[in-house]
Amino acid sequence: MRDHVGPVLTVIAAILAVWYGAAVWMNAAWTQQQAARAGTTVSLSEILADTMQQDRPRLPAPHQVAVELWETTAEKKVTSKRSLVYHGWITLSATLLGFAIGTGLGMLLAVGIVHSRAMDMSVMPWAIASQTIPILAIAPMIIVVLNSVGVSGLLPKAIISAYLSFFPVVVGMVKGLRSPDVAQLDLLRTYNASRAQMFWRLRLPASLPYLFTSLKVGIAASLVGAIVGELPTGAVAGLGARLLAGSYYGQTVQIWSALIGAAVLAGLLVGLIGLVQRVTLRRMGLAR
Amino acid sequence: MLSAEEIDGFRDEGASPVTPPDGPVIDARGLELVFQTNDGPVHALNDVNLQISKGDFVSFIGPSGCGKTTLLRAIAALETPTDGQLMVNGMTPDAARRSRAYGYVFQAAGLYPWRTIAANVKLPLEIMGFDKAEQERRAADVLRLVDLEGFERKYPWQLSGGMQQRASIARALAFDADILLMDEPFGALDEIVRDHLNEQLLKLWERTEKTIAFVTHSIPEAVYLSTRIVVMSPRPGRITDVIDSPLPRERPLDIRDTPEFLAVAHRVREGLRAGHAYD
Ligand SMILES: Nc1ncnc2c1ncn2[C@@H]1O[C@H](COP(=O)(O)OP(=O)(O)O)[C@@H](O)[C@H]1O
Ligand SMILES: [Mg+2]
Repeated sequence: MRDHVGPVLTVIAAILAVWYGAAVWMNAAWTQQQAARAGTTVSLSEILADTMQQDRPRLPAPHQVAVELWETTAEKKVTSKRSLVYHGWITLSATLLGFAIGTGLGMLLAVGIVHSRAMDMSVMPWAIASQTIPILAIAPMIIVVLNSVGVSGLLPKAIISAYLSFFPVVVGMVKGLRSPDVAQLDLLRTYNASRAQMFWRLRLPASLPYLFTSLKVGIAASLVGAIVGELPTGAVAGLGARLLAGSYYGQTVQIWSALIGAAVLAGLLVGLIGLVQRVTLRRMGLAR
Repeated sequence: MLSAEEIDGFRDEGASPVTPPDGPVIDARGLELVFQTNDGPVHALNDVNLQISKGDFVSFIGPSGCGKTTLLRAIAALETPTDGQLMVNGMTPDAARRSRAYGYVFQAAGLYPWRTIAANVKLPLEIMGFDKAEQERRAADVLRLVDLEGFERKYPWQLSGGMQQRASIARALAFDADILLMDEPFGALDEIVRDHLNEQLLKLWERTEKTIAFVTHSIPEAVYLSTRIVVMSPRPGRITDVIDSPLPRERPLDIRDTPEFLAVAHRVREGLRAGHAYD
């Protein structure tokens, strides 16, 4: 752990440096325009100072985003519409529901694919095809169609989220369920084991390491799906809504803090699954 | 160990042995097995005739590709012969499997990494529906038999290769089948470990009076262990010689330096060479 701190800090420092440089470079034009319009000249130090504190910068400086993040998380009640925690929770609930649906669906499909040749031939191509359709194209349709039959709110977003997350689960789980070799299957045949016994005692436990890897990809995809699902809803709440509202009103600071919020959320979710993975595999004797 | 009545009690109805006590346990007559492959048919077994009696320790030896594994798998009903007759305990191999006639030991120990040693040994017992107490008792019994007491709660990766293979033998013994089919079980182990395991296997065979069919590449191993040695040769896979060992059942390791032992080993070597002569 300790040997990670140095490299991580170095990378963060580098990112911040580039970010500040880019902020100056991208925001300077506006400062100069304003000065030209007012008929005044600005010195380099004045430009530098101004690029760090514009109201609607092209690229907000890191500390502006940090301040916004602080104000919209720590200083607002979590029930407030201006709280990023509130919006994060809206997105998170859709993400978790979508992840649960996607994972359940993915696991069922994988079990079917492994046990039925017909499903292997028919489902897999469709699953692959489903992922080649851009989610941005299909998300509004799902929202509109579901809205027209009276389903709105959490569920449509969760479905888009499930749409993105079931695929890695199918792929990983199929691979995992197929990971036992012929000798291991033959051994069970010598015991006259049924297919159900083979599944529960061999295929399923053997698939868990693969499944966890897929779940990490799947939960990140779920979050993306939930955010994308918020974009066409007219956006009242959620991280996606914050992104959309921010871009309507040129609130770049708000956009960036929502982005950072989403990234932190994704990191936490993936980390949580990693934790469950470590604990589970260790208890199973699979991790050393 | 369990008495015969107790063992029979676990067997399926209608699958009880119909063989008279002195009939062959494994009986192959005119056995043929042809694999259809993309490069045409492969004659894995050609006119195999062999009777194995109860309590025999039979080794199968021959160059690779001569059908040793295929023969063992046919006995275990993992392959279906294309012609001829094969009976195990007087039943078809399939019926014999359902009556739990044999335990199979593969070259790789194949223990489940997510199960402890004891849980691995209980695997067949769980599948066959033994109750919990019986599973405990049997796992303890067979682990003692292969000298692995005290390793019940270890995971496979915590054991050496030789110990893992012993655990896999315990697993094959757990449901107390009369026949043990072993396909190069010690093939991946070094010479010293192998010697030790050979000695232990002989003791185990003596104590349990099982019938053992044992595939090996090693002439000394075959001669040291067996009451009968079946020499095979490839293309097509067939039996070229069956040697009844004159060695006593009691076999210390240094029996391998006696003239009797060397004479048998010599005959096996001759048989192997003859099988190769036409290549
Ligand atoms: N499933 C299979 N399909 C096709 N050919 C096979 C199969 N299993 C074994 N064979 C062939 O049958 C012959 C005997 O194989 P095997 O019994 O494994 O030999 P051994 O165990 O003596 O080395 C070999 O030529 C092998 O290639
Ligand atoms: Mg073989």
